Amino acid sequence: MQAVAAAVSTIDRRALLRAGVWLVAITVAAPAEASSADEVAAAIQELIGDIVPVAGGIALQAPETAENGAVVPLTIAVDSPMTDAQHVRAIHVIATRNPTPGVASYWLGPLSGKAQVTARIRLAEKQTVIVLAALSDGTVRRVTADISVSVGGCLT
Amino acid sequence: MSAPLTGKPRIKIPTAVKPGDVIEIRTLIDHPMETGYRKDAAGRTVPRDILARFLARANGETVFAADFRNATSANPYLVFFARITGPAEFEFVWTHEDGRSLRATARVAVT
Repeated sequence: MQAVAAAVSTIDRRALLRAGVWLVAITVAAPAEASSADEVAAAIQELIGDIVPVAGGIALQAPETAENGAVVPLTIAVDSPMTDAQHVRAIHVIATRNPTPGVASYWLGPLSGKAQVTARIRLAEKQTVIVLAALSDGTVRRVTADISVSVGGCLT
Repeated sequence: MSAPLTGKPRIKIPTAVKPGDVIEIRTLIDHPMETGYRKDAAGRTVPRDILARFLARANGETVFAADFRNATSANPYLVFFARITGPAEFEFVWTHEDGRSLRATARVAVT
């Protein structure tokens, strides 16, 4: 895997995407394994590029302990006026210890009126969930929540 | 896999609001969101079957969208918001990874 990363570092973005497809293929072959830190970092890079997120500015409502990992409620509220000039473009949710890091991305804009989303997600085991909010000014905010899981939700 | 999507969409949306109001919209659709990782009782892998995208439009303009990945729960449920400036015809579309889609509509009147 490191060899793959080294090889693509000098090639263009398209090659990187192809490498990403291979990563997905490898992940599918070993479904029960939790994502590695590298896979989580790659998923984040694909969503927000090289922007360094700033902590805070997001209220994340999630259970400390989820009884059923198949249905974990999340409410995400980003502090934003949601005007044409200043709004949230996207909210990304990333799982750090699921077989794959992707949970969902939500796309918003001035017509949303309010930067708040509620959804239900799956968590395979106790882990940190990362929420990123991409704003119209090009900055990204970040917040995390540690969620314990009584019964894992991905493989049951 | 070419059968039409049959999940029953459920939408909760106010029917009449004041101009300028920001309304809450709740949507739910029946779908197993199979990741392709799960095995059935006989040990066979359950084939992947996932809705990939949700789109909410008001009078043709996108208000909210979602890309669902593996860790979105079965029967995807969403609560989101929309600013209402005048009478709005809402359209909600769920699209499967294989391209099939399912559509629902709602009308919001302004008083």
